[in-house]
Amino acid sequence: MKYEAVIGLEVHVQLKTNTKIFCGCSTEFGREPNSQVCPVCLGFPGVLPVLNKTVLEHAVKISLALDCSVQEYTKFDRKNYFYPDLPKDFQISQYDLPVGRDGFLDITVEGGEKRVGILRVHLEEDAGKLIHKDDISLVDFNRAGVPLLEIVSRPEMYSPEEAHAYLTALKSAIEYLDVADCDMEKGSLRCDANVSIRPRGERELGTKAEVKNMNSFKGVKDALAYEIKRQIESVENGGKIIQETRLWDAKNGKTFSMRSKEEAKDYRYFPEPDLPPFVMTLENIRKIKETIPELPREKAARFIREYGLSAYDAGILVVNKKDAEYAEECMRAYPGENKKPVVNWLIGPLLSEANNRTGGGELTALGILPERLIELVGFVQAEQISNLTGKSVLTDMIDTRESAADIIKRRNLIQISDTGSLETHIEEIIKANVQSVESYKQGKTGALMFLVGQVMKKTQGKANPKVVQELLKKKLA
Amino acid sequence: MELAKLTCHELLDLIGAGKTSLEDIFDDLRKRIGQTDHKVRAYVRNSQTENADVCPEICAQSILKGIPVTIKDNICTEGLNTECCSRILSGFRPPYDATVIRKLKEAGASIFPVKANMDEFAFGSSTENSYFGPTRNPWDVKYVPGGSSGGSAAAVAADEAVWALGSDTGGSIRQPAAFCGVVGLKPTYGRVSRYGLIAFASSLDQIGPLTKDVRDSALLTNIIAGYDPRDSTSVDVEVPDYTGALVKDVKGLRVGIPKEYFVEGIDPEVKRTVEDAIQKLKDLGGICKEISLPHTRYAVPVYYIIATAEASSNLARFDGVQYGYRSLQDKAKTSLIEMYARTRGEGFGQEAKRRILLGTFALSHGYYDAYYLRALKVRTLIKRDFDDVFKDCDCVITPTSPTPAFKINERIEDPLKMYLSDLYTISANLAGIPGISIPCGFTKSGLPVGLQILAGSFREETLFRAAYTYEQSTPWHLQKPEL
Repeated sequence: MKYEAVIGLEVHVQLKTNTKIFCGCSTEFGREPNSQVCPVCLGFPGVLPVLNKTVLEHAVKISLALDCSVQEYTKFDRKNYFYPDLPKDFQISQYDLPVGRDGFLDITVEGGEKRVGILRVHLEEDAGKLIHKDDISLVDFNRAGVPLLEIVSRPEMYSPEEAHAYLTALKSAIEYLDVADCDMEKGSLRCDANVSIRPRGERELGTKAEVKNMNSFKGVKDALAYEIKRQIESVENGGKIIQETRLWDAKNGKTFSMRSKEEAKDYRYFPEPDLPPFVMTLENIRKIKETIPELPREKAARFIREYGLSAYDAGILVVNKKDAEYAEECMRAYPGENKKPVVNWLIGPLLSEANNRTGGGELTALGILPERLIELVGFVQAEQISNLTGKSVLTDMIDTRESAADIIKRRNLIQISDTGSLETHIEEIIKANVQSVESYKQGKTGALMFLVGQVMKKTQGKANPKVVQELLKKKLA
Repeated sequence: MELAKLTCHELLDLIGAGKTSLEDIFDDLRKRIGQTDHKVRAYVRNSQTENADVCPEICAQSILKGIPVTIKDNICTEGLNTECCSRILSGFRPPYDATVIRKLKEAGASIFPVKANMDEFAFGSSTENSYFGPTRNPWDVKYVPGGSSGGSAAAVAADEAVWALGSDTGGSIRQPAAFCGVVGLKPTYGRVSRYGLIAFASSLDQIGPLTKDVRDSALLTNIIAGYDPRDSTSVDVEVPDYTGALVKDVKGLRVGIPKEYFVEGIDPEVKRTVEDAIQKLKDLGGICKEISLPHTRYAVPVYYIIATAEASSNLARFDGVQYGYRSLQDKAKTSLIEMYARTRGEGFGQEAKRRILLGTFALSHGYYDAYYLRALKVRTLIKRDFDDVFKDCDCVITPTSPTPAFKINERIEDPLKMYLSDLYTISANLAGIPGISIPCGFTKSGLPVGLQILAGSFREETLFRAAYTYEQSTPWHLQKPEL
């Protein structure tokens, strides 16, 4: 292709705190409108902000996890603009001295590794929420003053897939720190994208469009794919890209222009006079650093090293911290050097059960204790039950909370591998399926599988299919 | 007995001795207001509070025993109109008390239910910029009382208040105190919580007392001072008992007289009166010497950049969405931007609009470095001037204002001239240091002249000691206007 896309992402993460950033109101989601407000977050005349110290700690923690240099001296600034969801008509944010800057995030995309630069990490307060009803607009200020961390990447992603991988890695890393929920559907993670195109080989950046209003990771990917295509088509048809803000319309799969740069606002940033600058001592920064747990990529590397996992398997298992810890327990408990059997169960049947049952696909939500899973895998590995039967046992385990042994016993599922008892069944099947037997003898190997299937059916799936196949081959030779 | 004429500490003595009661004090105050306030107009007259009855909670055990305090209209009082004398806040009743109000209530003060007049949002030096009309100087009602705390100062001077709270961003307590012949203190920035003070310029604003004498000033400061976790700019420095500083002794006190404050622009009568006061302090044992504050001439321009920049942002919230005035219009035909524009166009007075425009300009892209950033740097130089001076001076003495009170309407059309009446008071706000204005004499035509004393940060005790010694050695604070 003649053009390449250049993408930078601005991600807003709602920090997990009990109270808002500058007052004591609760941050709980989904409460009755305007029930979690006070004069401070409503911006009443005369009120003053007081910084919630936990917010600053969370911000430092995320900055450090993203390998940013953390500023010892940080301050807040006012970003001035009028909007009804903004109670003071200015937002307390950070301008020239953000909490963190110049970090990076490593991502895996199409099997390759890639490093995406982080320009800055800064704190700000959230605005309220506008609700439009017929010809009136209502404002819910419960969200006003909820702490947000804005993470701005460098324009170093070149495809929607890379952007998606960046978001996934970012969400995963932040979730490990337990300082944010990162739920895009609930709005606790929001993402805006700056997109431009340039002829391949060109170093200068093209004119960018800012794409907003994407409500899921898939939405980001789709919106970027659409926007890149739109820009390329526009340029190829002799058009010119203008600097503008565009909104993603998920329903129609299109972006449309909201405002052009000519209408852009001058935010008149200046230092927030109501909050003196904050000095983070190196000692405090070091203390916060000590609380950072092993992060997903470190964990994946260790899984590969210690448990012999493939990079692909490790990558899947570390996405969610609780699941990674669960997986490690399972691997540790599983006897022997080769962990592949239990890993296959984790990323196979367990993950698909998790995806089917819980939207988030969390393994731990299934409620299967590691030793119970090991027991199940043991039955399959010992060929006492087939793989297929094993999956059905797993479903049963999740539903009933019984152990695999109990379920196998209750449902009488132990595989029949004893040739003596199987031979009787095989004789009967051969007699009843003369045509298939003939076909097999004439060289149609598929007919053998049909006969195996008939034996399996007759034994209610309990026959060991390998043994059945061997016996049939012998009989029909 | 004319109780309204007395100071708070005198009233407390009388109550303590069983010679008067709170009811008598309120009766006398109400009587006095009824007799004189139609001339002075120190109080805000709006429909909501006009008929408000005074019903103090009497707490015999408390420090202030229910004695009322008059509050400037920009300090939030729960359930009582607080409108900054602006149409845009008409009908606004705060759902909470400012920290100073809470402290006063805890000390047993009654909050006088009618607020004191002021320049709209404290923008002004004459109390002419009030939506409710101007306040007049009790010494001559053809003259302004100064501003922006002109209502508080005039009420105290006219004996319509026992004492009062004002706010000072560039001289708004000290200048009206000087014009009205009362005592006005601007404490160190961070000494008194700003929580609940409707902000004009956050980095300069400070609440302070306006009183009939220095002892009341110390007493009221005792109550309102102190660290407040709700105000991150308040400072956690111990509050001494300021009445302990009321010692009649300035022997050996090192007093700096800045030469830059006695040059052109100063009224000859003010100059002579202040020079007499300096002589008096020398006679009392003070060691006076000429000093220099070289960056003084930049104070007014620096102030009008920083103060208006902060104000333009602080006043953005008055947009008609949540509270206060909203322009009445055909909803269906009006866009959001129009609603904002009309509300603010109709709700703000001329001076408020002027300052919002100035501040917006100073912060605009392309001008920020040349104006706001430069102003911050010069502010540091002004602060350094004072740091240097206080290395070998205990305090600095200046006139409070270059002129005595001027006539109503004399400067209203000339904002530059109006701004210059804060020439001597602005530097203390920029430097964050405390300053007090006390009466030091009268002009031939009978208008009061104020003496300003400045000290280093958190050295209010030095101010009280010098002010008390001078006051107790002179008759000025005992004189009353004829109304």
